[in-house]
Amino acid sequence: MFNKILIGRFIPGHSLVHRLDARVKLIVSIAFIFVIFLATSWPSYLWASAFTLLVVMMTGLGLRVYLRGIRPLIYLMLFTTALQILFVTTGPIWWQWGWLKITEDGVVNGIAIFIRFLLIILISTVLTLTTAPLDLADAMEQLLQPLKKIGVPVAELALMLSIALRFIPTLLDEAEKIVNAQRARGVRFNEGNLLQRVKAFVPVLIPLFINAIKRAIELGDAMEARGYRGDVERTKYRQHHWQINDTVALLSFIIFSCALAWLRYIFG
Amino acid sequence: MEKIIEIKNLTYAYPNQTKAALQNLSLTVNRGAWVALIGHNGSGKSTLAKLLNHLLTPSDGQILIDQIPVDDEHVDVIRNRVGMVFQNPDNQFVGATVADDVAFGLENRQMPHAQMQERVQMVLEEVHMWEFAEREPAHLSGGQKQRVAIASALAIEPQILILDEATAMLDPKGRFEMMEEVRQLKADLGPDLTVISITHDIDEAASADQVIVLNDGQLVETGTPDEIFTDAQKLQALGLDVPFAEQLKAKLAARGVAVPTQYETMEGMAEWIWQLISKK
Ligand SMILES: Nc1ncnc2c1ncn2[C@@H]1O[C@H](COP(=O)(O)OP(=O)(O)O)[C@@H](O)[C@H]1O
Ligand SMILES: [Mg+2]
Repeated sequence: MFNKILIGRFIPGHSLVHRLDARVKLIVSIAFIFVIFLATSWPSYLWASAFTLLVVMMTGLGLRVYLRGIRPLIYLMLFTTALQILFVTTGPIWWQWGWLKITEDGVVNGIAIFIRFLLIILISTVLTLTTAPLDLADAMEQLLQPLKKIGVPVAELALMLSIALRFIPTLLDEAEKIVNAQRARGVRFNEGNLLQRVKAFVPVLIPLFINAIKRAIELGDAMEARGYRGDVERTKYRQHHWQINDTVALLSFIIFSCALAWLRYIFG
Repeated sequence: MEKIIEIKNLTYAYPNQTKAALQNLSLTVNRGAWVALIGHNGSGKSTLAKLLNHLLTPSDGQILIDQIPVDDEHVDVIRNRVGMVFQNPDNQFVGATVADDVAFGLENRQMPHAQMQERVQMVLEEVHMWEFAEREPAHLSGGQKQRVAIASALAIEPQILILDEATAMLDPKGRFEMMEEVRQLKADLGPDLTVISITHDIDEAASADQVIVLNDGQLVETGTPDEIFTDAQKLQALGLDVPFAEQLKAKLAARGVAVPTQYETMEGMAEWIWQLISKK
């Protein structure tokens, strides 16, 4: 029951995208969110969509996996689009009812926003589908290194993140066990109104929470016993090697972005 | 024989507790010994283990490990000498994968990367877990996780390995395999490794070099298994099991068989029964 939550996340594979360094994927995914705002004309949307589709194809994962990634966000996307359509009121009026107006500019804007949104979600889904969470955490740690200078405990945060990731399956297993134990005692989780259902989960959350604290205390002991100090620099076992593919990928993205800027210059 | 652990008048009380969890404990352990620490639940075994590694600071008294006082000043040196394996396989697995977990202690000690790789492979091969190096803990059995925990402790090349009921949460097969692993390690390392095994398995304790019996935070007695286990009634009064060989002796004696008065191991008892039957 709880393991379903994780479906739609990392799917191991051997595609070119899978093998890229997590840092490249992270940089590109973040940069893409900003670069996409250069797209303001139909040719540029076409270009950005072609790029995204190419990346999606290169992951070797079926389109259905991506649809599953988009589904939870579809309402947010439609809502944002609807807002654009209703509140951009310039241009020729297509339809009017009282103060509600649908104009050509509104529709064009709405569609543009929808496409941007979709492309950003697709690219971020590529990131989460093809990158092991741990590699992603490592990549974040490395990219955040500069923040160390201003006193941000980057290494500690990264260790916390990696431990949190490591304990997700353990806690899900435990939640499942508690739910089953409560079921065996006659608790019904799938009946009644929303309030009753939420109430049914209280006896699950409390033992889960107490156990999580117990685990944290024991884990702290185990870490200390193995010489963890928190105040000293640690070396890293997991090392990532930048490869020629990574340079090629980054260059391709830069070329894509320049082309997008050029399209904007041409078509406005 | 050279002493590796010396405990003098050790007392420890948890914060805000009136009754001390350990009271005025004094004992010594010889280098290279296999020590079984026994006592009912809550008798202070884990507390003693944590004091040995300076996870807890004594309220009173002193501990010397390898002649080094266990205190704030020497905590790093002490933790290089004492490795610990705890009871719960999940709650001591720090790394995201097997290899990461073993490397954790080495990263803490700022070991260079190349040396770290070598060491990780070496200890994982020792506990037969190298082929699982890239596995995540969610895909390992409890016994496998505990073997990784042993490897993680061994990676820092400790002189003392403390197992705090390390097999208690495993199934019988996992338990047996893990103890075999530790016995093999002990056999390989000989006097270079001192094992302190906190256990409820009285038959394991019966094959130790030294047995320490705790009761309600106090040392009841310490000595060789034959000194400890002959007094079955006393052990039972402390809520402890009696080794199988001793149980057998008591049952035979109850049926009027003349049993040996001194302590016997399982093998010793088998030999004795064998002789008894052949004589008839
Ligand atoms: N964190 C703690 N805070 C307060 N009391 C504790 C704590 N841990 C253990 N104790 C108490 O100290 C005593 C010894 O516990 P422990 O060393 O865990 O025993 P054992 O390992 O032999 O079962 C027990 O009475 C226990 O309740
Ligand atoms: Mg204990």
